[in-house]
Amino acid sequence: MLLDIKNLKTEFKTKKGIVAAVNGVDFSVDKGEVVAIVGESGSGKSVTSLSLMRLLAKTDKTKVTGEALFKGENLLDKSEKEMQKMRGKQLSMIFQEPMTSLNPVFTIGRQISEAVIKHDGATKKAARERSIEMLRLVGIPSPETRIDNYPHQLSGGMRQRVMIAMALSCSPELLIADEPTTALDVTIQAQILELMLELKEKLGTAILLITHDLGVVAEVADKVVVMYCGKVVEKAAVLDIFRDPKHPYTIGLLNSIPKIDENEERLFIIPGTVPNPLNLPSGCAFRDRCPNCLEKCKTCEPPLINLGEREVRCFLYEKENEANG
Amino acid sequence: MDKLMEVKNLKKYFNVGSSGFFQKPNFVQAVDDVTFDIYKGETLGIVGESGCGKSTMGRLLVTLLDSTSGEILFEGKEVNAIRKNNRKDISKNIQIIFQDPYASLNPRMTIGDIIREPMKINGIATGDELEKKLDILLEQVGLASYHKDRYPHEFSGGQRQRVGIARAISVNPKLIVCDEAVSALDVSIQAQILNLLSDLQKELGFTYLFIAHGLNVVKHISDRVGVMYLGKLVEIATVDKLYSTPMHPYTQALLSAIPIPNPEKKKERIILTGDVPSPINPPSGCRFHTRCQECMDICKQTEPPLVQLESGHNVACHLYDKK
Repeated sequence: MLLDIKNLKTEFKTKKGIVAAVNGVDFSVDKGEVVAIVGESGSGKSVTSLSLMRLLAKTDKTKVTGEALFKGENLLDKSEKEMQKMRGKQLSMIFQEPMTSLNPVFTIGRQISEAVIKHDGATKKAARERSIEMLRLVGIPSPETRIDNYPHQLSGGMRQRVMIAMALSCSPELLIADEPTTALDVTIQAQILELMLELKEKLGTAILLITHDLGVVAEVADKVVVMYCGKVVEKAAVLDIFRDPKHPYTIGLLNSIPKIDENEERLFIIPGTVPNPLNLPSGCAFRDRCPNCLEKCKTCEPPLINLGEREVRCFLYEKENEANG
Repeated sequence: MDKLMEVKNLKKYFNVGSSGFFQKPNFVQAVDDVTFDIYKGETLGIVGESGCGKSTMGRLLVTLLDSTSGEILFEGKEVNAIRKNNRKDISKNIQIIFQDPYASLNPRMTIGDIIREPMKINGIATGDELEKKLDILLEQVGLASYHKDRYPHEFSGGQRQRVGIARAISVNPKLIVCDEAVSALDVSIQAQILNLLSDLQKELGFTYLFIAHGLNVVKHISDRVGVMYLGKLVEIATVDKLYSTPMHPYTQALLSAIPIPNPEKKKERIILTGDVPSPINPPSGCRFHTRCQECMDICKQTEPPLVQLESGHNVACHLYDKK
């Protein structure tokens, strides 16, 4: 097991009270595996990744607890210096917006080389060659000249490729990709997804993919973690999630996407909106929008129920569990 | 079917300045020679990637932008002539719903004032009648009467988009341009708004021009779909024809690129190479030829016109030239 997250909790102190953006999340990523975290805005998926990378500003207003074991070592206990040695080398991240996550005043070559020089102690010349090689790997045409370009000279798709090249330049074992294709057009998205899968095959990198696009999940993921209001509501293999979703939220989410290969008159609707994180309903956070809400859901919070190969946080499956176990 | 709007050879070039003092100015050819009709009561979807000119076209139709050349006829009359005569004749008949529900509502106005304003300006109702109309509108879009004294910041993205819809339908327009109206919303909220739009259409008989980049969303809501690439309309057909047998190589690539939320369906992908060229200096001939897999010599020189095929597709591609 490469990454094992146990009871991760990230809280922000705000003027109006404490918001638990991530509220007790457990999941794991194996070597060479693609795990997708799915959820709507505000479900805590991005905060999960930022907590892992220790990229949340260190103030008394944020509190991260729990464990994030990367090859057995807890990332949350590391000092900033130790983290700097690991970021880029062992775990690296691709951010959502390729427009704002590159430094506009340095050439892309310099930005890719930086990691190689820092982590692998390469000479400038060797680092430049490595950068050219990485740019070629991610499919940027004429990398020898492109390497001296500034970010503004590149299109969105190319900038995202540069981000990927940078993230992979030291062959990390885990790549965290936070909405890597959301800002891109579909034809460019197809190129980037293809590229990520290809690199996974070639380099054996495990990928933690954060996205709200279930289409992307179906294309690339091995395992899926569905999040709602800071909690994991369902965890399963990708085939199980799409073939037989269990949690009412997952079912609703899958049904509310317009399908390109089917004709439906009306879309299925999850009524209501995501509750305010400052004022979560008692019991199950999804109960106000749930078509199968039981009396019990209003008072008790359902635990993650183990159903063999998968887990689901819903009282509907309680009996099934007892019968099995 | 009756034509509600006819768009003929519409062009919009933006002057982006020159590269040097004595050089000629450069133009972004955002919309270049686009011709199509919108029929009464239908939903016409327009899809394309960023920078293809779809939003510019939406704005041209609502006369938020002036065209460089070409004609837009609304019920047989040129919109600019109508506008010169009386601006309100346009706003009463053609309305727009914007993409960003956070930026398109005035933060200093209450929801009630935002929806009342167009009705007041167009003299639709006053006094008690106005309030009654407001309550009906709020209910139609799934909000409640007590929301009207609240300010936009108190609402979620989906609710704000409902306010934008209420504002647009308050004057009972004939044509509503939805410019990426659901793109900024989460899937579950997106489904709510899509259903709302189709319910309103059934009830009140609106015609929609639905501009979006999400191909699955456009398929769900549209009767006919047009595909744009670099300022050109490359294909337009009924939704079934376009999605089942796309003719233009760009449409084919675009459709094959959509990820399907079903891991058991693996499909053949056409991966386009390269990026969309700059609209300042678009390629000669067919604008898609730099990325097209079927590119022939003629494509580099002559621009293909939009022609109707026997199958009912309208497509601009030399592959379908009559031999």
